[in-house]
Amino acid sequence: MQVSDHIQVKVWRGDASGGSFAEFEVPQQPAQTVLDVVTWIQRHADSSLSYRFACRVGMCGSCAMMVNGIPRWTCRTHVNKVLQDNHLTIEPLRNLPVIKDLACDMSEFFDKWKRAEGQFSGTQTRAQAVAAISPGEPARRAANAAIECINCAICYAACDVVNWNPDYLGPAALNRAWSLQNDSRDRRHGERLQAVSADGGCLSCHSQQGCASYCPNELNPTASIAGLKKMAAGAFMKKKYRDRHG
Amino acid sequence: MVELRLYLAQRISAVIMAPLVLVHLGVMIYAIQGGVSADEILARTRGSLLWGGFYGLFVIAAAVHAAIGLRNILSEWLHLRGLLLSGLCWLIGFALLAAGLRAVAAVVGGS
Repeated sequence: MQVSDHIQVKVWRGDASGGSFAEFEVPQQPAQTVLDVVTWIQRHADSSLSYRFACRVGMCGSCAMMVNGIPRWTCRTHVNKVLQDNHLTIEPLRNLPVIKDLACDMSEFFDKWKRAEGQFSGTQTRAQAVAAISPGEPARRAANAAIECINCAICYAACDVVNWNPDYLGPAALNRAWSLQNDSRDRRHGERLQAVSADGGCLSCHSQQGCASYCPNELNPTASIAGLKKMAAGAFMKKKYRDRHG
Repeated sequence: MVELRLYLAQRISAVIMAPLVLVHLGVMIYAIQGGVSADEILARTRGSLLWGGFYGLFVIAAAVHAAIGLRNILSEWLHLRGLLLSGLCWLIGFALLAAGLRAVAAVVGGS
């Protein structure tokens, strides 16, 4: 659908100390994505514009930005789906410090992933046979439901709890922890459960489901976090019972 | 571990309150049908162990539940932490408990 020849685009320019919007007029093309718009601006209007992308096909998770106030993969967002009165507003992802223009510093996002024990720790060596896991097992199904995350940080930008509490681990890290808690080959279930139920962990989630609403892979981190809450509460009760009854 | 204890205390107090709220509202709607005066209410509640226990439990659960809920709000919206946060949380809990138990004593006790 061709509404007009050109679209009006407001792009946030600046760095960690602050910034403002710059306005551009970009020629409209058929099947144009928001990433195409940003790329056009950088190549034809202002070569000093900084932004991040790699694969352009929704696999790498590096091109997420706020588009008209909503976190999106810009490479998989068609302009005609999000255009409002022929206007687009493009900003860096919410809840993350800006490096420059549309590029955010993802360090805290990945640090929290580590704090949530997001690394896999296997029990076997390569000399042993591959672990046999039935795809139908309930734990494996739960792990599979959460496993397709590519760490684009869209859920992190959508989360109000992250906005209120900078210590909160966030949906992606907790979703990752949930998939590992359901992986029978992993040996750090106890340590991870402690890590995710500490201050700023899964218990801080308000189940508002911003993460699940905007996840481009249609994952449901809220459900994963609810699973972690239940697991943490269950482990706590069991421990109390064991301490009392031996 | 503190977070987990608070989380569980808030959930357990909610589970206790849910049926109490329903009974409270149900009895209120039922009792008020033909019009009811303060004297008539007091005649039923004074010296009643059942209503004393019912509202006593309600007050304890509400004080625990509200204090923890407000703790979360104070922490997220005003970014309070540590002793100040815990102190305020305890203060709110005790204030609610004292006000509630005083009301229960007034309705159940006396002559």
